[in-house]
Amino acid sequence: MRLSESVVVGSPPRVVWSYLADLDNYGRFMSGITRWDADGEATSGIGARRRMLIKVGSAEVGGLIEMVEWDEPNDLAWSSVTGIDQRGRFRLRPVGNGSTRVELRYQYGVAGGGLTGWLSERVSAPSISKDLRLSLQQLKRLVESERQERVAAAAEAERAEA
Amino acid sequence: MASAPKPVSDVSTNGHHAATNGGAPKISDRAPLDGLAESVGRATGEAVRIGQGLLGKAAGNAARSLAKRLQADLDDRDPDYIRENLPLSWLMATIWYRAEVRNLKNVPEDGAVLLVGNHTGGNMSPETIFFTLAFSTYFGVERRFHQLAHNLVLASPLGPFLRRFGTVAASHENALAALDAGAAVLVFPGGDWEVHRPSWQSSKIDFGGRRGFVRLALEKDVPIVPVVTIGGQETALWLDRGAWLAKLLRLDRTARLKVLPILIAPPWGLTIGDFLPRIPLPAKMTSDVLPAIHLREQFGEEPDIDEVYEHVTGVMQEALDGLAAERRYPVIG
Repeated sequence: MRLSESVVVGSPPRVVWSYLADLDNYGRFMSGITRWDADGEATSGIGARRRMLIKVGSAEVGGLIEMVEWDEPNDLAWSSVTGIDQRGRFRLRPVGNGSTRVELRYQYGVAGGGLTGWLSERVSAPSISKDLRLSLQQLKRLVESERQERVAAAAEAERAEA
Repeated sequence: MASAPKPVSDVSTNGHHAATNGGAPKISDRAPLDGLAESVGRATGEAVRIGQGLLGKAAGNAARSLAKRLQADLDDRDPDYIRENLPLSWLMATIWYRAEVRNLKNVPEDGAVLLVGNHTGGNMSPETIFFTLAFSTYFGVERRFHQLAHNLVLASPLGPFLRRFGTVAASHENALAALDAGAAVLVFPGGDWEVHRPSWQSSKIDFGGRRGFVRLALEKDVPIVPVVTIGGQETALWLDRGAWLAKLLRLDRTARLKVLPILIAPPWGLTIGDFLPRIPLPAKMTSDVLPAIHLREQFGEEPDIDEVYEHVTGVMQEALDGLAAERRYPVIG
């Protein structure tokens, strides 16, 4: 099952990237996440691992994931090591006016296939889509409010100097 | 104990001759038709012996098959099989029972642990399905997880399926073996007594005084993690455990059955025994995993078994009361 949601964030790609590249932030904006723990030495970049779980229906599903693509400030992708088969990607593209279109793609599959696998992928899709949408909205809010705080702080500093 | 029945062949030969002749027959004493009668008798005896042989073989095979099903072969657990069958469990848990398992984080991250649950929902016991699902998705199918079940459950047609999910027959030895293997082991001390309690006792912890789980945890020095569940007793209407009926039919001695429940359940209506497959009502099920209890840390080097039992059932009752208070309507939750 492949799902995709997007949002336009009123900040340039480098600002959005700096927020996404700090993996500790994911617990703050990813909706439905019930666990997001570092696993291993690497905290960012290719090879960084997280033990993650997301609530879907009656279960918390997920497993160990690893960052497999780290193309600053354009693409960040992860893939599952254990647990359900999954692959996620943040795709950042400038859209003018200093804004960024952030696309979150999420691909997952349950083991075994068959009718029950096919059914459970489809039954779970609306809830996961909703979580992806909420995650992007929260990301937008957090990045923009952080930017506003920085701009306000800079303006305050300028005023103080003057 | 009842005496073993006398074999049919012994009765037909020895009984007949002893009664008529008063000893072993001699050929010269016999009437002309005795030869024919003897031939028929021999043929009949042979047929009986063949029949007995076939029956004995079939019974022997059945007994061996049953014994094999009840053996604790921990290696029967198959993580790949579990992984492939989780979608079915997930669909049942999510759509039918709207099941929810809270606070799995209270289970220690690794090592052997004894999960002690209250048993609900009769022989279909939905919590075993969705708790196994929740545990397997939370910790991964790689973490060893076994559940102890009544012999009858493993002897049922579902037995082979359950064994691959890690279910083993409920016995002290099997639990020890599983804990020795570093597994998380789920036990239901209340067993058939608790699982068939009347529906209006849904929010009551009733282990029937069974304290074996405390001895087990102490023997292996593993933490106890209580798991309370509500909703299972609403998947049918249990009227009575039928303990008196089980005793009357001597099932308590012959099949380790302390109860023979009387319930109303679709599609059968009034049912006795809960042996037939039935359609469980889609009751909202909720489980809560409580903080781990480290017995020697909390109760000293030589804990009093009764004290531990009272403590564990006490905290479980308190948590179950909380879950019961959240429910507004039967079945709907």
